[in-house]
Amino acid sequence: MFKPFAVLTTLWAISSTASFAQDVTSFTLDNGMDVVVIEDHRAPVVVHMVWYRSGSADEPVGASGVAHFLEHLLFKATDTLESGEFSETVAANGGSDNAFTNYDYTAYFQRVAADRLPLMMQMEADRMNNLRLTQEDIETERQVILEERNQRTENNPSALAREQFSAAQFMNHRYGVPVIGWKHEMEELSLEDALGFYDLYYSPNNAILVVAGDVKPEEVRALAETYYGPIPAEEHLPERIRPAEPPQKAERRMTYVDPRVSQPYVTRSYLAPERDSGAQQDAAALVYLAELLGGSPFTSVFGTKLQFETNTALFSGAGYSGLSLDDTTFSVYVAPAQGVSLSEAEAAMDKAIAEFLESEIPDDRMEAIRTQLRASEVYALDNVQGLANLYGQALTQGLTVEDVKAWPEILQQITKDDIKRVAGQVLDKKQAVTGWVVATEEDAK
Amino acid sequence: MNLVRFIWALVLSVTGTAALAAIEIQEITTPSGIDLWLVEEHSIPFVALDIHFDGGSSLDLDGKRGATNLMMGLIEEGAGELDAQAFQAARESLAASFSFSSYDDGASVSAKFLTENQDDAVALLTLALAKPRFDQEAIDRVKGQVIAGIASDAKNPNRIAGDWFYSAAFGDHPYGSDQSGTVESVTALTRDDIIEAHRNALVKTRAKVSVVGDITPEAAAELVDRILADLPESGPELIGDVGFGLEGGITVIDYDTPQAVALFGHKGIKREDEDFFAAFILNSILGGSGRQSVLMDEVREKRGLTYGVYTYLVAKDHAEMILGSVASANERIAEAIDVIKAEWARIASEGITQEQLDEAKTYLTGEYPLRFDGNAEISSIMIGLQVQGLKPSYVVNRNDYINAVTLEDINRVAAELLDPDALHFTVVGKPVGLETAQ
Repeated sequence: MFKPFAVLTTLWAISSTASFAQDVTSFTLDNGMDVVVIEDHRAPVVVHMVWYRSGSADEPVGASGVAHFLEHLLFKATDTLESGEFSETVAANGGSDNAFTNYDYTAYFQRVAADRLPLMMQMEADRMNNLRLTQEDIETERQVILEERNQRTENNPSALAREQFSAAQFMNHRYGVPVIGWKHEMEELSLEDALGFYDLYYSPNNAILVVAGDVKPEEVRALAETYYGPIPAEEHLPERIRPAEPPQKAERRMTYVDPRVSQPYVTRSYLAPERDSGAQQDAAALVYLAELLGGSPFTSVFGTKLQFETNTALFSGAGYSGLSLDDTTFSVYVAPAQGVSLSEAEAAMDKAIAEFLESEIPDDRMEAIRTQLRASEVYALDNVQGLANLYGQALTQGLTVEDVKAWPEILQQITKDDIKRVAGQVLDKKQAVTGWVVATEEDAK
Repeated sequence: MNLVRFIWALVLSVTGTAALAAIEIQEITTPSGIDLWLVEEHSIPFVALDIHFDGGSSLDLDGKRGATNLMMGLIEEGAGELDAQAFQAARESLAASFSFSSYDDGASVSAKFLTENQDDAVALLTLALAKPRFDQEAIDRVKGQVIAGIASDAKNPNRIAGDWFYSAAFGDHPYGSDQSGTVESVTALTRDDIIEAHRNALVKTRAKVSVVGDITPEAAAELVDRILADLPESGPELIGDVGFGLEGGITVIDYDTPQAVALFGHKGIKREDEDFFAAFILNSILGGSGRQSVLMDEVREKRGLTYGVYTYLVAKDHAEMILGSVASANERIAEAIDVIKAEWARIASEGITQEQLDEAKTYLTGEYPLRFDGNAEISSIMIGLQVQGLKPSYVVNRNDYINAVTLEDINRVAAELLDPDALHFTVVGKPVGLETAQ
């Protein structure tokens, strides 16, 4: 229990779900703005999103957190809207709105009745170019993001630990710096920092419009041309080249001690490839590897060996998401059962991984994962906002609409050999950070 | 089969134009007498199903706190001939998802399954509910997980605040303690306790069901009867009402963490009260609507004192509260609390403006239809309405109830409901300039 997802033997094959495929159209405006339309006519609702191909990993050195800070500031005044009026207008039209920032993107969205789409586009296009920030906005909102950091990170020992481990994982790439920013740099973020990021990156040729719900592609195209079309492309938009990781040659081990930790655990992240456009096979194999090793507490390798055959772990798991612009991580974790030390738990985890690499992957496990992945395509259709997020993430992280459409079939084609090959490359401690999270030094044994 | 059919259209009217959605809720009484709400949606080949059983963890027997919660956690750990791993393997092979949980007033089952293997998925779910194994090995394993959760809560500032607040407000009533129980109470639970909790919590005549998706009314009624067939017809008496027993004041709980968290509130209003909608809109304006609320504006937007401040109307089956939460750095929480108290007092005495009321109505009535945009969403909304004792027609009339509230109503309710002197703040952290005071 207390772990939602799982996979095992298959008795039934899920038949063709292809006929229920997503209804997705895409095109590009003359100024370079990409547009994706996802149709779902079950309810008269639309989700309107603008995604910028800029996130925290695109920030200048020393200004960590500015991408996220700017996201907050986009709700302040423009030439035609007062501070706060954007969200007030969305609410006055019965909608809701928000925004989010990650390493590779910053995204803004509204959920409204379908007939309110033109107004949303008008306002979103307005704040792409016409933001008017004041020094007072900076002072107040900087306090808000510092409180957000307090809430998400400073008050959360697991989040603090994760920050330290990520910084060790990425020796050269900005994925080692937290999205919300290092506190000491956040405290210094200025109006100039925010505007520098805004002026460079908030332009149509760096943006993707995703509209999902009760809309037709033709109407979206006409509206997008009206509202976003007139905004000129940014000529000086830099090519998106980030510092690459050097070969990682040394195992890293860290212990984070915080009295607020109640349950000790060991976690390890390995540097891992992400989904690349036209080359998604390795990432697809890693999806299987995560499921096989730690997907289900009942039927995965870790679940079976650490929670059922032995009483080593209270919780265990593995995680991988291939959506990332640059190299990402594959991670595993074990929270030891009562009376089991962290060294014992880690040794048992390593033994389980070694045994997995040496033994044949059972056919029934492969088939079960295939079945689950196929079914997840059906369930995904029930959540149009989820689909919109998927396309926004993919297109800001180097993939194309075709890559997203090809992905389910690539997953279906993955073989045991693919998984073994990729597992052999990725599960290498020289490219990994092993972290222990404990309440006291005495627990770190 | 007694099929009562409600056909309705959801009309969304926001400042002039109207968007129209038609959702047809069918209210069905199954052959064995179960009330079921159904929305047919054949465009995606799966079904979302929710079942609610009245009672929940409030039915824990004396000294057995945590039994219902642990029991619901064990439903997925094997049934009939299938042990935990075999049961999960079977479920996974069907690509069905089941979740089982409990809370103070109910036990909940939420499931999704594909059209093509619906019978097999339903058979497995039926087995889980009626014939759980409760193997000792599974009990021990899940107990370990529950106890780890309790230990983790003891170091989580929000949970520390909640535990103190509820205990002070409701004492020995089940609402006064967390449904997970304590390390001691959970450790002491036996297999017999779990079996008894199962018999008490999943009572057929206390079930409410909603189904949304690729299924006909006849098939849905038959399916629901099959799932519930082997459950007991009656159960122990449900608990009684309890008053809110916490006076106004501030309680500081010392905890070494950089950001203090505060939970605050006082007594609230019953769901059945004729002023409920006025209170509902009032809460939305005060702190319920997120970015647009008065408290968010005063505490976050104007002063930068927090990332978020919220208020909630909590109408449990047997008690009512209006609650709020805020988190600010230890050095700033006192100021945040001062602002909240001042706004609470100001709105109680001055009320809100016509403009605020109009804006809130537009937002609330416009936002409501947007919620009905997925099978799982609709099923979850429908079970919530049934639990509150509402009829399907509520979905059509709900915006009228909102629109009927006048400025006079809402300001009378503000004066009656909001009581700054009764407001109790529980603050966990190392707040500067705040001390426990009654």
